[in-house]
Formats: sequence, C-alpha cells, structure tokens
Amino acid sequence: MHIKGKVHKFSDDVNTDEIIAARYLNLTSENDLGRYCMESLDKDFFKKVKKNDIIVAGKNFGCGSSREHAPRAIKGCGISCVIAESFARIFFRNAINIGLPIFEVKDTSVIKSNDLLEIDINKGIIKNLSSHKIYQSSAFSGFMQELVNAGGLMNWVKRHKK
Amino acid sequence: MGMTITEKILSAHCGKKNVKPGEFILAKVDLTLGNDITAPLAIEEFSKLKLRKVFNPNKIALVPDHFLPAKDLKAANAAKILKDFASKYKIKNYFEIGCMGIEHALLPELGLVGPGDLVIGADSHTCTYGALGAFATGIGSTDLAASWAIGKAWFKIPETIKFVYRGKLNKWVGGKDLILHTIADIGVDGANYKAMEFVGEVIRSLGMDDRFSICNMAIEAGGKSGIIEPDEKTFEYVKNATSNKQQATSKKAWCLKPEAWSRFKSDQDARYSQIKTYDVSKWEPAVACPHLPSNVKPISKLRNVKLNQVVIGSCTNGRISDLRIAAKILKGKKVFPKLRLIIFPATQKIYLQAVREGLAEIFVKAGGVFSTPSCGPCLGGHLGVLAEGEVALATTNRNFLGRMGDVKSFVYLSNPAVAAASAITGRIAHPEEIS
Repeated sequence: MHIKGKVHKFSDDVNTDEIIAARYLNLTSENDLGRYCMESLDKDFFKKVKKNDIIVAGKNFGCGSSREHAPRAIKGCGISCVIAESFARIFFRNAINIGLPIFEVKDTSVIKSNDLLEIDINKGIIKNLSSHKIYQSSAFSGFMQELVNAGGLMNWVKRHKK
Repeated sequence: MGMTITEKILSAHCGKKNVKPGEFILAKVDLTLGNDITAPLAIEEFSKLKLRKVFNPNKIALVPDHFLPAKDLKAANAAKILKDFASKYKIKNYFEIGCMGIEHALLPELGLVGPGDLVIGADSHTCTYGALGAFATGIGSTDLAASWAIGKAWFKIPETIKFVYRGKLNKWVGGKDLILHTIADIGVDGANYKAMEFVGEVIRSLGMDDRFSICNMAIEAGGKSGIIEPDEKTFEYVKNATSNKQQATSKKAWCLKPEAWSRFKSDQDARYSQIKTYDVSKWEPAVACPHLPSNVKPISKLRNVKLNQVVIGSCTNGRISDLRIAAKILKGKKVFPKLRLIIFPATQKIYLQAVREGLAEIFVKAGGVFSTPSCGPCLGGHLGVLAEGEVALATTNRNFLGRMGDVKSFVYLSNPAVAAASAITGRIAHPEEIS
C-alpha cells in the first residue's frame, strides 16, 4: 500500500499537550479531535491539512501525556502518517494500537515543509518526489509487526479471545 | 547474568524464568487504571468487543480525577460514562467524589499497589507506583480496553538506566529537586523506552512522599518506568495502607512478608545500559523554566521572575509532607498582593489530615485557596487556568507550551518550599529568603 502526501514539518519534542490541548479531551471522535490538532503550534493547522498529508518531525515526537486523543486527532484531521527521528514511548504504542502508521527515519532535517512524499507502507520506503531522495525507515520488530498486520490492538485481541 | 528488579517483576508476570531487554512479552496485570479523560475512550473500544464480563472487576480502578467535580457538561457526561461502566461490570474500585483523590496518590494510599506488582494505567504518571517497588507504566486507552478483556498487556522488556545519588541533601532540597536535576542532565528523552532505577544512600534517606515525586516524573525524561527497591520504609507504608483498608488481598498479604519483598532487588551482576552517579551535596532547589521540564536553571538566576499564580499540589507534590513544608513557610505570612495561591491536597485523607494539623487554616489565613482534590490546573483543565501573558510557579510535573492555559502563558516547576516562598514574595524566591 502506498501513501502520497505533502509534508507539514515540526521540530523536536512535540508534546501531546501541543498535539491536542487538555480542553478538548472530552471529545472522543477522531473528526472532532482533528479540528483542534496542533492548535497551540499553528492555529490554522486543521485548515491547511489536505487528506493524506504527512507530519514530519525531529526527535521525541509525542512526548508527555498518555492521551490517545493525540494520535486520534492526527488521524482525524486527515494526516495519513507521521515520520520522526524518534517517538516518545506511549505515543509510539498508541499509534501502533490504533493503526496510525508511523515511521522512524534517522535524519528528518533533509525533508522540508511542502515536500511531496510517497511511502510504501509495508516496506517502509519513503520517496521524496520533490528532492528525488529515498529514505528507509527502521522496521518494526516482532510482536509490533503482528499488531500492525492485525490492524491494531483491538483486532488482535478479537483473534486472541477466540 | 543477573536481572534488574524491573526484569524480575516482568518475568514473574509472564511465567518466564529469565527475560532480556528487547524481548516481547504478554504479561498479566495486577491492576489497571483509567480516569475521566482516558477511560471513556477505553470504554468505547471495550464495548466493540461485546463482552459481558471484564477479566477481573477487582483489578480495575476508575478514578474520575481530572475534570471533577465536573467543570462543565462534557466533563459531567464523561464522568457518567465511568460510573455507568463501573455499575454494569461491578468494578469495585470506582471512586466517587468524597472518596476520590488524584489517582497516583489515591491508589497507593488505599493499599491497591504493592512491591512486585505490575500496574498499567491510562495516564502517563502511572510510573509513580515505582516508588513502592512495583513495575508501573503509562499506556493508552486502547491498551486499557484490551487489558480489561484479557487481563494482560504486551511489553518490550526495557533496558534499565541506574541513577545513583550520593552525598547529603541541603535544606529545602528534596525528591522533586533530585528528579528535576536528573531530567536536566539527561534531557526529556534521555530515558525514552527505558526503566529508570533510583538507588543510593540519598534515596534510602528519603521518605515515601519524596520517592513518589521522583518516580512520578520518570516519564518527563521519557522513561517507561521509574523504580526504587522496596525497603523498611516501603514495608511500613504498605502495611499501614493495607491495614487501613477493607480489602487486603492475598497478594498484599504475601507482599507484607519481608522475605517476599526483599526478593525484589536487582542482582549484583544485573545489566544496565548506563549508570549515572550524582553527588547531591551541592544541589540547590531546582526550578524548571518554560517550556520543558529539562530547562532547569539555578534559582539565584530567576529571582526577577514575577508571578501571577502559585499552585501547590498534583500527583507529584500534593501529599501531606508537601503540604507541611508549604505550611511551615506560609505560617503567619501573607500571599503577595494580587497573586493567586491555589493548594490542592491530593486525596480526601490528605485533605482531612491537613485540616486536623491546622495546615488548611495556615493556607487560608495567608490568603490562599484550599481546594478539593483534583488534577485541575496542572493540565489547564479547571480551577486555575492561566490567561494570556500570565506566569505561574507550580509543584506540578509539566510546563509545556499552553499546558496550564493560554498558549502565551508560562509555567515554572519547583518543589513545595520554593513555591510557598515565592507565593509570599510574588516572584521566584529561595525558601531561605523567608525568615
């Protein structure tokens, strides 16, 4: 499966309070949450995102609170996947569990805002159609790949319960 | 090769004799936690499974502590979702207002967590329980829902970083300062995916409240968990908590045998990815500046920072010893004109204790507000949200952009002594400035 989208660039240590502020945590639907995604960093972010666009960030993306509302807000505003140099642990876990594709790439400084990327989700190969460069993301290990293949944790649990 | 305490607890919960960092396990959980923010999402996910029962209604805790007493209609509805779920599935540990407290102070206080336990919570500060010698870690709502169904959660065995604290703590320096200095040293992702094990004579000298503060903020360095080996102080704490309580389980009785809890120690030849040793003797009270907990500066350089609000409380520093320190400084003093001082005892028990000991009276006479337990302002929820341009000093755990309110507000983090002193001076102050 391939994703093609335009890049929205963020820096290091983007935290979950910035991704979705606490005042919106009583919302649960992805679409509702999506309207306020990244509001603290860019209040027009929701309006700027087109379906399938991609977030690219530095290290420690999603640090802070355990709120699953963060990856859900990202999904809800139309973002197809997140690429970062590293992810904070709970965000990483939540993204895998809810089926938001995430990719770790060693150096994201070479990817610029508005670059057009094409990603082979299964292989983790990222083509930058603007700069004609190719990046390989690190593969998921063992059990995590099983979760990704199942389409998230709840699907995996359904099978496990049988 | 030996194992760390973290590896021992995880291996005991997945039925393996040995586990190694990097290995994936499916482990049994002793307690799972959700609150009024994270549990509604979990309940939504859980209901998709159409199950008539949860794995064990006694091993689920639901604590509506974030936006309660309900700050608005949405918060009221979210709280109702928890309450209805608790009734439907006969969840024993649901805590209504009146017995509710901030989850990470409440569950240890009730003896629901003990040494060697494996606890998951849909709240990042679940790592607090590491102070009791438990493996405790934050997870998301979907993880929580899955654990309600199968009683298990998946983990990658983390590597452990050992933090050794030597020397003698200065006056007005405590657990909060230890962890802030540590985060400043290793950075907000310095322990990402890793367990943080806190050891040394300084840790041994600290009481449980300080130990909770330390483990509470392991997540602010990206840590998967923070842990302190149980000792006599842990034993005393768990014994008191359990005896206060109606529902000491067989597990707890087992924990209370010294030969059992003393097993939860790291082996001499355990593997560590890194060992950091600190001499604390020269450490001053730490203050983290906006907008990261790692942005720690010497207090002497911050004396011109004027404040609009001081918050004392939270799962980090809302325990009785925190309130005693604050009261000692505030006794007979007045809060700086037009500064708001808001004090949150973490649980009903702590609230009552503060009333009995006369601490509440000291706070009110000083011109502060003494609030019911709630996570309230820490996350900019309610009961003390900051306006544009306002500056706060808080004993909470995060000072991210917009964390306590407006995107253009500023949060500094400190221990309760610095917070109390600063409430009197109206700017960031060292407790020594208040005689």
